[in-house]
Amino acid sequence: MATVRFTRNIQRHVECPDREVEGATLREVLERYFAGNDRARGYVLDDQGRLRHHMAVFIDGQQLQDRDGLSDAVAPGAVIDVVQALSGG
Amino acid sequence: MSNRFHVATRKGLFTLERGEQRRQGVAGDSEWAIARTSFLGDNCTLVMHDPRDGSLLAALDHGHFGVKMHRSRDEGATWQEVAAPKYPDKPAGYVPKTPAEGRPVDWALKLVWALAPGGANEPGVLWCGTLPGGLFRSEDGGDSWAINRPLWDDPRREEWFGGGADQPGIHSICVDPRDAAHVTIGVSCGGVWTTRDSGKRWTLAGKGMRAEYMPPERQFDQNVQDPHQLAQCPANPDAMWVQHHNGIFRSTDGGETFSEISGVKPSAFGFPVAVHPKNPDVAWFVPAIKDEKRIPLEGRVVVNRTRDAGKTFDTLTRGLPQEHAYDLVFRHALDVDDTGDRLAFGSTTGSLWVSEDGGDSWQTLSSNLPPVYAVRFEK
Repeated sequence: MATVRFTRNIQRHVECPDREVEGATLREVLERYFAGNDRARGYVLDDQGRLRHHMAVFIDGQQLQDRDGLSDAVAPGAVIDVVQALSGG
Repeated sequence: MSNRFHVATRKGLFTLERGEQRRQGVAGDSEWAIARTSFLGDNCTLVMHDPRDGSLLAALDHGHFGVKMHRSRDEGATWQEVAAPKYPDKPAGYVPKTPAEGRPVDWALKLVWALAPGGANEPGVLWCGTLPGGLFRSEDGGDSWAINRPLWDDPRREEWFGGGADQPGIHSICVDPRDAAHVTIGVSCGGVWTTRDSGKRWTLAGKGMRAEYMPPERQFDQNVQDPHQLAQCPANPDAMWVQHHNGIFRSTDGGETFSEISGVKPSAFGFPVAVHPKNPDVAWFVPAIKDEKRIPLEGRVVVNRTRDAGKTFDTLTRGLPQEHAYDLVFRHALDVDDTGDRLAFGSTTGSLWVSEDGGDSWQTLSSNLPPVYAVRFEK
């Protein structure tokens, strides 16, 4: 199980509580999270399922590598932070 | 006559009302006031009022979190998030055949750039134009959207290119009041397109527009034109006006062909055009210096009005700043009400003006709004 945490700033648009979710890759983890919170998907991923241009994801403090495919490995017990990239202002 | 209009800005949506109590107020006081603010602090890029049921639709661009749509069915008192247009999944390995600038456009929503209600006889139908180059239709008042595949899949769509923006976009949607299946759109840059069967088949129209920015042999190519805005006269839908990158063009055959209006002073460049709801020969423009400068000529904000189909123009200045004013007016930021007497426009530097006499005189409603993207009367 990985723990998924979202930036506080997203909460005023769509509630995204911390949750523990199964998955071996970031894609698997996020898809399981969004399966129970479909509105949040569009705030984090774009039309093609890629990480939005001005969003960032850290897995145990390391920024993800595969922004389009979200294939980065997620170890059991990992902590995933979904945050805003400073590039977005 | 409309007593209410909405102003979409970089930092929220503002609703202006001309109140009964204000009309009885102190002489000289503005009769208009901001009656409501919505989405304060958020980037509201466009607003639409639906005359069929009174609902409002607002497009927000949250930057980090993407483009969202909200709908109000109680005049803006409360809002609900509804679906945003979603581009189809791009097929794996898809390679466009004819991208105009050598780069395929992204299949992802960047901006909602046009919103229009469908016909009076098709409640719930909405049209939405987007960057990059998408046209979407809703049949349930915005609860869901579907991209128009015939236009999206047309190889000529891939030749469209950005004008000002990095990506091409659909900014004008004119639904023929006589026949809602007849829809004409304006594309920057991709000219004027029309359908007569609600979008099953599209024709590239707009012959006669001229693109000075292209090599000589392609200047009249219909698919490279940059109409900044396309406007249709409700009482005479065959009469259409275009404020184009290269000037002002007029059509009397529903957008099939256009004639250039020459000799317009102080400038034929600008973004918005509004056409009188009853008289197709009357239209308003807000001129600016082209190309890269994009400020009013000599720091004077003026409105150009023609009342004779473009043969002559009155340059209207009464009540508008005439020195050191650098307001630019975007394409959706000028509107006329359903009588043709009331107009309002807003600027990139947060000024907002209204006229009660067809543009002869103007009053300043604010000089301190956020940058204005769209002004829309309730009609």
